[in-house]
Amino acid sequence: MSPNIPNLVYILVIGVLFATGVTLLLERSLTRVLMGVILLGNGVNLLLLTGGRAGGPPIVGTSAQEDMADPLPQAMVLTAIVITLGMTAFLLALAYRSWHLNGHDEVQDDVEDRRIMELADRDEGPGTADADTADGGPADGSPEARVLAEAEGGR
Amino acid sequence: MTWLVPLPVVMPLLGAALTLLAARRARAQRWVSIVVLAATVAVAALLLVQSSLDGPLVVEVGGWVAPMGIVLVADQLAALMLVVSASVTLCVLVYSIGQGMADGNEETPLSVYHPTYLVLTAGVCNAFLSGDLFNLYVGFEILLVASYVLLTLGSTETRIRAGTTYVVVSLLSSLIFLVAIGLVYSATGTLNLAQLADRLDALPDDMRLVLQGMLLLAFGIKAAVFPLSAWLPDSYPTAPAPVTAVFAGLLTKVGVYAIIRTETLLFPGGRTADLLMVIAALTMVVGILGAVAQSDIKRLLSFTLVSHIGYMLFGVGLTTPLGLSAAIFYVVHHITIQTTLFLAAGLVERRGGSTALDRLGGLARLSPLLALLFFVPALNLAGIPPFSGFLGKLGLVQAGVDDGGFLAWALVAGGLLTSLLTLYAIARVWNLAFWRAPHPDMPEAGDADRAARTDGAEQPHEGASPAGAVLPRLMTVPTAALVVLGLALTVVAGPLFEISTDAADDLLRRAPYVEAVFPEGPP
Repeated sequence: MSPNIPNLVYILVIGVLFATGVTLLLERSLTRVLMGVILLGNGVNLLLLTGGRAGGPPIVGTSAQEDMADPLPQAMVLTAIVITLGMTAFLLALAYRSWHLNGHDEVQDDVEDRRIMELADRDEGPGTADADTADGGPADGSPEARVLAEAEGGR
Repeated sequence: MTWLVPLPVVMPLLGAALTLLAARRARAQRWVSIVVLAATVAVAALLLVQSSLDGPLVVEVGGWVAPMGIVLVADQLAALMLVVSASVTLCVLVYSIGQGMADGNEETPLSVYHPTYLVLTAGVCNAFLSGDLFNLYVGFEILLVASYVLLTLGSTETRIRAGTTYVVVSLLSSLIFLVAIGLVYSATGTLNLAQLADRLDALPDDMRLVLQGMLLLAFGIKAAVFPLSAWLPDSYPTAPAPVTAVFAGLLTKVGVYAIIRTETLLFPGGRTADLLMVIAALTMVVGILGAVAQSDIKRLLSFTLVSHIGYMLFGVGLTTPLGLSAAIFYVVHHITIQTTLFLAAGLVERRGGSTALDRLGGLARLSPLLALLFFVPALNLAGIPPFSGFLGKLGLVQAGVDDGGFLAWALVAGGLLTSLLTLYAIARVWNLAFWRAPHPDMPEAGDADRAARTDGAEQPHEGASPAGAVLPRLMTVPTAALVVLGLALTVVAGPLFEISTDAADDLLRRAPYVEAVFPEGPP
């Protein structure tokens, strides 16, 4: 293995892509999350590329063997790009469907979070939340459905 | 016999293509899926026999010589995982076919279900067989992409909500895995696991620790280990019952398998053993406390799933042959039992119209068969002797006591507490759903409207139609088959423990794996 010292510009670009990607990933809107995933994905792809030696095209006859670039990271990046493409399409479809159903594409809180929020709103201790204390339960549906409905209303 | 090795990956993929072509012919789709999965079970069993007799089987894909090409390796651990997961997927497939047919949409099923299901199987098999880190990543991606589709089938509101969380979290873990792959490659210049086993040893300690940490983080998310497990109980329960069952059985276990593989083959010496043990204890206890607080069977089972991942990490963290062997045994046991329980939960949903505990009751009298199908695996999960759950936990506790360290004792205590709390959670389900008087809301025979109220979330096919008093035989028979398989694990516990001990020895020695890939030593 020859020593492999990556280009500083590469490193900086990777850093910027990771930073922006992570920032966007923390957003609430699924479209922005998707942007974050794409940026992060590109950052990772560049990172993969820096793993191999740079050089001429790795085709026999076009460059001497010791000057060739390492072809393996390039093959891996191609695979990763294809996977990212598919994932982007799927996430877009999810965001579109979410917009279709809810009028927005925000990533929603999970059921447990909503239940806790609801308890906090009603200023009750978590001890009373245990549904097995209520033999009959609420007549208008499961607690989960109720919490979901309230969380939607509170938004 | 090495030509058998790629078949568990190739056959389901070809089957997926065939079922996609036969998208409009439901009967053809069903038969193709069943035949393919049955063949996969057979091949996996042959692989297990072969690898037990002759050591690991290796195939260089496309004839490219390792380490240039990708290798598939079927050692005992991989073959054992294949056998169990293929059997489980076959049973779940029959169950889902039964569910689809009973729903009366025999002629118009959601045509994408069968191809996706087969692709998922191919991804799982690929991950188990992979002898190359990047191919492992590809295996994970195949199964994850298929799981995204299965989780959001029908794209109802709850499934889109749950699917969003699941997809984003999985994407993040995949990106972390990919970063780790990039770093491993730039540090060593190879991704072949056997070659890595050789070259990683030569790296500076701190660099190895970083690589190990990155891989653990990526696999930890996939395996739903405690601080990284919050996504699982939220996303799994919304899927159709068979989908939840197969996810619960397989997906997290692929993560656990990857952890076992990397911790033994790539990074031996147990530098993160203490960390793993602490995480294992937290996963067990926090997970089961979550289960105790749930009022819905599916959510409760999802929490027990998280909790029992801790047992497997317990064994891995001990890094002793007995610990590792018990962990492998536990993986086998847990794949079977957790899947069975989710299938039984699907039957409960069908019979009772809901899985919310406050709306169920009296199932034991209404449907004794269902009660039996739930009760046996439930006790098995809780670790009541003589079931396999007890044997697995016994092995782990024994290994922990042998270790004798403070952490090991803490883990033994945590494991016993978790077992007790599992029994409590399961007993609560039993008391509320099965034993008390029937709930007034419960559907009587032929009550059609009730199931529609659960927004049709339980059917894998669109046009969900009603639950009934009579459980379809195609749903009860596969569940019963899995219950029997779970019981059989007790019967064959001796030979099974022998296999898992052999596998654990091979894993810890590392040499058998490396020599199988590179008979003349790693280049």
